Amino acid sequence: MCLGVPMKLVSIDGTDAVAEIDGVQREASLMLLDEEVAVGDFVIVHAGFAITRLDEAEALETLSIMREVFDPEDMA
Amino acid sequence: MKYQDEYRDRDLVQGLAERLRACAAGAGRAMTFMEVCGTHTMAIYQYGLRGLLPPEVRLISGPGCPVCVTPNTYLDKAIACCRLPDTIVATFGDMLRVPGSTSSLMEERARGADIRIVYSPLDAVKIASANPDRRVVFLGVGFETTAPTIAGSILAARTAGLANFLVLSAHKTMPTPMQALAADPELAIDGFICPAHVSTIIGADAYLPLAEEFGRPCVITGFEPADVLQGVLMLAGQVAKGESRVEIQYRRAVKPEGNRKAREILDQVFTPCDAEWRGLGTIPGSGLRIREEFAAFDVEQSLALTVEPSCEPAGCRCGDVLKGKITPFDCPLFATVCTADAPVGACMVSTEGTCAAAYKYGR
Ligand code: SF4
Ligand code: SF4
Repeated sequence: MCLGVPMKLVSIDGTDAVAEIDGVQREASLMLLDEEVAVGDFVIVHAGFAITRLDEAEALETLSIMREVFDPEDMA
Repeated sequence: MKYQDEYRDRDLVQGLAERLRACAAGAGRAMTFMEVCGTHTMAIYQYGLRGLLPPEVRLISGPGCPVCVTPNTYLDKAIACCRLPDTIVATFGDMLRVPGSTSSLMEERARGADIRIVYSPLDAVKIASANPDRRVVFLGVGFETTAPTIAGSILAARTAGLANFLVLSAHKTMPTPMQALAADPELAIDGFICPAHVSTIIGADAYLPLAEEFGRPCVITGFEPADVLQGVLMLAGQVAKGESRVEIQYRRAVKPEGNRKAREILDQVFTPCDAEWRGLGTIPGSGLRIREEFAAFDVEQSLALTVEPSCEPAGCRCGDVLKGKITPFDCPLFATVCTADAPVGACMVSTEGTCAAAYKYGR
């Protein structure tokens, strides 16, 4: 239930952002982030909130296992 | 085993397994490590990682999933909420099928209760804002990864001036139950695979007491098979040298100090309290309750609920599974009476539950 999924930020408006993974878009609040982020950055999104920034290569690596272990509907 | 034909880093995994064998043989003693993260449990079963371990190294699963460790008393309160007039209950999907003492949210929904599955607690805030004449109760269950998101939602509801958004909070925090488990002589845990995303928030330093006062090596580990194996190797290395330190294998997402901003928001809304864990009993200081300042958003502080006395499902051994005392295979109901389609206990219901992982991948 407390899965964190690496997603790419596609738009930012204050602390409201939209993040995308595998073509699925989700709202992602930036309220809990303690570092600056920009469109194109990867973040781990958990329950609608970005909880940490990730670099892209690391995000892709983490995603590969998650795609195998979890059903797509669990992921985003 | 799945990794043998599909895993892209087979050589890396085999190499790590080889080094682990050498390290364990060198240590000349058996060692037991516990993982306390549902996602780790899933990865260990899915990739058959136990099959790669030398005989000296044993992995056991602990209280890794917030849904599993939530006791029936909480579910009974959640069910009482959904029976209140003009009330919408909003929840993450996993909670729906967990049986309470005499009913489940799913059964209540079939009987007409308005229960909505949300992806984010902010979605529940939106439901409250769209339904001003009804009360929206969000079921706040989770560890330190989730609790800040609920805190953020309460702050958002306050900013929006909503008087009809409430949280039934059963949040729990991680290092404390690990200390209780470390102190249990029957379990004889030699080290911990620490949870990944919980650690993103609390940081590696939160495990220092476990390493320094309880003498248990801690390694925060990612989810790839190679991550988990490397974490186990780091733990075995510490045991072999007689050390106990906190190490971060999952450097890509975890810093020693964690996420300060998320913790500030968490502390603004919540304060520590004693909490009841399924299987582990009441552990002092291991829960989070909503501060009095936010009482208007707290079901416990602002609604009177009538709840029947709670009881646990007959024969279910979830309590012992969550302590690592038995594996799911030792439960007489496993895969006979209790299956993924008709779960008896919480550990089979949750997608990250140990019984669910064993049922899906372990047989
Ligand atoms: S919150 Fe993250 S770290 Fe904790 S059990 Fe869930 S997946 Fe594991
Ligand atoms: S197999 Fe089912 S009944 Fe047995 S411990 Fe697991 S969830 Fe409970």
